[in-house]
Amino acid sequence: MKITLKVWRQQNANSKGQFKTYVADHVSSDMSFLEMLDVLNTSLIKKGEEPIHFDHDCREGICGMCSLYINGHPHGPQQTTTCQLHMRTFKDGETITVEPWRAKAFPVIKDLVVDRTAFDRIQQAGGYVTVNTGGVPDANEIPIPKKIADEAFDAAACIGCGACVAACKNASAMLFVSAKVSQLALLPQGHAERKERVEKMVAQMDAEGFGACTNTRACEAECPKAISVTNIARMNREYFSAMFSSYEVKVGGGGE
Amino acid sequence: MKWLIDLFTSTLGKKLMMALTGLFLISFLVIHCTINAMIFFNDGGETFSYWGHFMGTNPIIRTLEIGLVAGFLIHIIQGLLLWRANLAARPVKYSVSKAPANSTWYSRSMGLLGTLLLLFLILHTSHFWIPNRTNQFTQGEELPLYKMMFEVFSNPWIVFLYVIGCVSLFWHLLHGFASTFQSLGLNHLKYNGIISFVGTAFSIIVPLIFALMPIAVYFRWID
Repeated sequence: MKITLKVWRQQNANSKGQFKTYVADHVSSDMSFLEMLDVLNTSLIKKGEEPIHFDHDCREGICGMCSLYINGHPHGPQQTTTCQLHMRTFKDGETITVEPWRAKAFPVIKDLVVDRTAFDRIQQAGGYVTVNTGGVPDANEIPIPKKIADEAFDAAACIGCGACVAACKNASAMLFVSAKVSQLALLPQGHAERKERVEKMVAQMDAEGFGACTNTRACEAECPKAISVTNIARMNREYFSAMFSSYEVKVGGGGE
Repeated sequence: MKWLIDLFTSTLGKKLMMALTGLFLISFLVIHCTINAMIFFNDGGETFSYWGHFMGTNPIIRTLEIGLVAGFLIHIIQGLLLWRANLAARPVKYSVSKAPANSTWYSRSMGLLGTLLLLFLILHTSHFWIPNRTNQFTQGEELPLYKMMFEVFSNPWIVFLYVIGCVSLFWHLLHGFASTFQSLGLNHLKYNGIISFVGTAFSIIVPLIFALMPIAVYFRWID
């Protein structure tokens, strides 16, 4: 296969970037998209040029590190992660445009690499549960209905890649935050911090500069882990009820 | 009180405000559409004028009208502020975007459709509501709205603009109606189907009845 690539090149966070065109000859249709970029980078290095920088790690579709906006879709035309996208998805002779995630909260570090630590800060704000130290608790000590466990597991499938932000016209992080809120709000283990969690995570999400939700459902359509917008409604519920009823303590004791 | 300010300045709280005012405006559409549809009785405007007089003079309705104006203002101003904030969340645009593959155009164009509706609202209130209320305050009596309708809708361009307004309302409601429930957190497999059905039916029926009014007057289907 012969592929023409239009790739976003940007020296660093402060410099102005632009598209550069590369031609990749002899691309095997069995290659993954990242392998195709590896081969292209090897030829760039041989020519003494700066290779294209992009994020990747496990290449098994589970770490959420790869993040390319390919031909107008986060992670390309299929509902997978970029690492699980193969060149057979494209036509011979096709021109492919590769851009970084575009969001104020995800500034470009270099080329196609963006800073997604905003997600980490949202998680640190409340995306955790308190656990007892000591021995491992018995597996079935806390009864959880199968349907609830499944729903929580589906939310927990979010790998935090940021495709939802990339897909959203408002660069909104609602799908990510709602998946993290839902995963813990559904389970009894998450109930101790339930209200505080959603309050803090939403506050952090807003502080990072993500947009609001217009309910276009573009995030759900592009999410490689098929996270449902049902989670966004759940987060809205959790947030409103938390804001109206979370526990406040009077200075000097007593609460209401 | 800090918590209440925090709530309504958060992105979720702003959408809560949009949803609540949106549902309130939908309830207004039901009343407005029902009363105006009285012109189709074709009784020389007798039924229409009876209810028009009631809406224009009943003290409870007049008090609620203040809430209605506030509802419109909140929905419009908050909508425009959200539109600006959402644009700012993506300072650098994509060069290639395949948005039609993942979402409907009207769900992505609520700001545009809302702006068209705002322009229509300015035109529409300057035809009927503003002159009528002004006359009520200064002269103490109502204007003959039924007669005015025939004057206004004798101009084909005005009829065309009203139909454009109704088409904008259709697309705005087609996304907006169901979207309010999602923003309020009301998403449940047992009810999603009925919300979607009622939302679609409402967005077709109400703008259609509204659009038929200037058309019916222009073509003298009623007199």
